[in-house]
Amino acid sequence: MKFGVIVFPGSNCDHDCYHAIRHVLGQDVSYVWHKETSLKGFDCLLLPGGFSYGDYLRTGAIARFSPVMGEVKNFAEKGGPVLGICNGFQILTEAGLLPGVLMRNKDLRFICSHVNLRVENNGTMFTGLYKKGQVLNIPIAHADGRYYAPAETIKTLEDSGRVVLKYCSPAGAINDDANPNGSAMNIAGIINEKGNVMGTMPHPERACEAILGSEDGKALFESIVKSFLKS
Amino acid sequence: MKARVYVTLKKGVLDPQGKAVLSALNSMDFNEVKDVRIGKFIELTIDDGPQAEKRLRQMCERLLANTVIEDFKVDTE
Repeated sequence: MKFGVIVFPGSNCDHDCYHAIRHVLGQDVSYVWHKETSLKGFDCLLLPGGFSYGDYLRTGAIARFSPVMGEVKNFAEKGGPVLGICNGFQILTEAGLLPGVLMRNKDLRFICSHVNLRVENNGTMFTGLYKKGQVLNIPIAHADGRYYAPAETIKTLEDSGRVVLKYCSPAGAINDDANPNGSAMNIAGIINEKGNVMGTMPHPERACEAILGSEDGKALFESIVKSFLKS
Repeated sequence: MKARVYVTLKKGVLDPQGKAVLSALNSMDFNEVKDVRIGKFIELTIDDGPQAEKRLRQMCERLLANTVIEDFKVDTE
């Protein structure tokens, strides 16, 4: 299986993604510069974290017009798996591939910390190897991670199982104390209607090896591989 | 010509930056301030043309504002 890591000017988690895929999972992976206009040969695309275009105007607002994004959209429309992490999630919302917006954290601070996440839906190609309700320890690192969408959109997401990850307490309780950034309904990760485009503010690629403090993110990438090999 | 674009948060969208400025103003004894909402001001220098207004609106809708959370207003002179 071949992964592509899209590199925008200002991406800075591209190497983490590459490392997790090649050296931890042992899968094939290449960087894809944002000026590329062909994504031939890739089975899954990762939009990594960082500060594309310096986060100017709004996070992800300018990156979505990068030449490669037209092909990313085509790839997603054809059902190809696309995972946006942190800034990648912000880009996917700006591009209209996922609903909502990631806004400035409620307390205005950049938060870099391990958080607990509850798997709300393990029926996706990104979470198939987790148990429903499983609590994961995965880090966040963002200033603009507060998920917001109009109330009716949130309801649609909740009702259709499209909220995949929520911030929770170590015991798995969803409450304000466990919500690091003020996200609506503690939302940390969502998926599109078709189930092939996912966005997550937490960084699973930074939680794939024990030496990094957690291996809980690894199964997310393994889930993608498993789902690909089955298809 | 110059176009002035004002991008503001929609009603009901939480503005933590505005809240922080509100509490700073209140702590400076400007207690008459009841709410603060922070937006963006963007000044564009553009070639005038028959389509200018329409194109400015497109610029706002496609890039300058995110209409999920923001409203915009354009003044030209």
